[in-house]
Amino acid sequence: MSAPLFGLVLTGGHSKRMQRDKATLEYAGLSQLARAVALLEPLVERCFVSTRPDQQSDAQRTAYPCIVDQLPGIGPIGGIHAALHAHPHAAWLVLACDLPFLDAATLQQLIAAREPQRVATAFRSSFDGKPEPLCAIYEPASSAAIDAWIASGNRCPRSFLAQGEAMLLTLHNPRALDNVNTALEYQQARDLVAGGTSATSAGTSAIGASRPAPRRLQVQYFAILREQAGRSEETLDSSAPDAQGLYEELRGSRQLRLRPEQLRVAINDQFAEWSQTLNAGDRIAFLPPVAGG
Amino acid sequence: MSTFRLESAAFDADALRNELKDHGCGGYVCFEGWVRDHNEGRQVTRLEYEAFAPLALSEGEKIIAEARVRFGVQRALCVHRTGALDLSEIAVWVGVAAPHRDEAFRACRYIIDEIKHRLPIWKKEYYASGDSGWVNCERCAQTPHAHGHDHDHDHAVGAALD
Repeated sequence: MSAPLFGLVLTGGHSKRMQRDKATLEYAGLSQLARAVALLEPLVERCFVSTRPDQQSDAQRTAYPCIVDQLPGIGPIGGIHAALHAHPHAAWLVLACDLPFLDAATLQQLIAAREPQRVATAFRSSFDGKPEPLCAIYEPASSAAIDAWIASGNRCPRSFLAQGEAMLLTLHNPRALDNVNTALEYQQARDLVAGGTSATSAGTSAIGASRPAPRRLQVQYFAILREQAGRSEETLDSSAPDAQGLYEELRGSRQLRLRPEQLRVAINDQFAEWSQTLNAGDRIAFLPPVAGG
Repeated sequence: MSTFRLESAAFDADALRNELKDHGCGGYVCFEGWVRDHNEGRQVTRLEYEAFAPLALSEGEKIIAEARVRFGVQRALCVHRTGALDLSEIAVWVGVAAPHRDEAFRACRYIIDEIKHRLPIWKKEYYASGDSGWVNCERCAQTPHAHGHDHDHDHAVGAALD
């Protein structure tokens, strides 16, 4: 008999790189916090929002049942710790609030593959293969292990899952857990989500309904991207509307580890804007930071 | 004859210099970038350059044309290597000939600076420790938000004649 599944949305981060509260960032008119709760709530028995002590009067958060960190200042593991202690008989599906590409199908995959006899069930990152601790199920048995982990000075929930007996899954949608840490990434993600499916749809992609029909494109990779992709070029059919959408598509499937703001793009051998519309037959080159001379 | 070229093998710098000779020019400035044995505290044993040739060629020609208009120089030429290079090989060669030295110096400096920043050319360093890395890319891959600063580590010395 497995423990009942509760949901916890983590909102406590300081958003140093974004310089604003990540929970309030909006995609398609919904705050990230509201999106995350809307995704999680139908799938769990009870749903809570994790907060720091200094966020207890924040109206966005107190609109939901809250669990306040008992050990503030130690990052997300403090939120998981507080939830496991607040309801020790529940298992917790823990979600970071800054996952704009997360879809219901990914959560359903996690729940369907849950192994209650392990301490946790989590996905492997599609970038580096390590466990993703902030879209994962923590069983009641993980509580004592997390207490001991914190007591011995550890903070990283990722390392906790990596050293333990967690069940690790491969993402069906490799981009589902990409997160958003800078204002530019936020803008890019918002543009993608705005044209697309809503947070609560069961679709597998947040990328838009207004996409063109798939057409044949040629992609060229250079230097470090060539090595990461394992090829110097490829021909593929994509409905990505522009170069930015195409790169986002390929990042997960081709293991590209550079972020778009580090790159320039060329279309048909000319420097181009990321937002330039792609046409059938276009040749798109992603250019890493240069180092001539 | 093109004013910007990519060469996949060692080239003859004297021949390039002769291409620039002009009776109307009294000043000639040349910059050679050489493969250096260290970078950022690491011992470098060799390099590899990779270029996106069509765009590197068109952008390179554009830089030379800009320099000629901007500084009024008579002749300018730049050659960049691709492929595998050993220590002390010439990685990039810039030559400028002008009626007077001042515009030749300034145009040469402009060309090498723009070449380094604008051309789609990538440099992989091989280290004495046995590993290797793409310059300006590896640390960005690890700390994705630390980019945006300009790493301008010259592995070159300049030779100027007037």
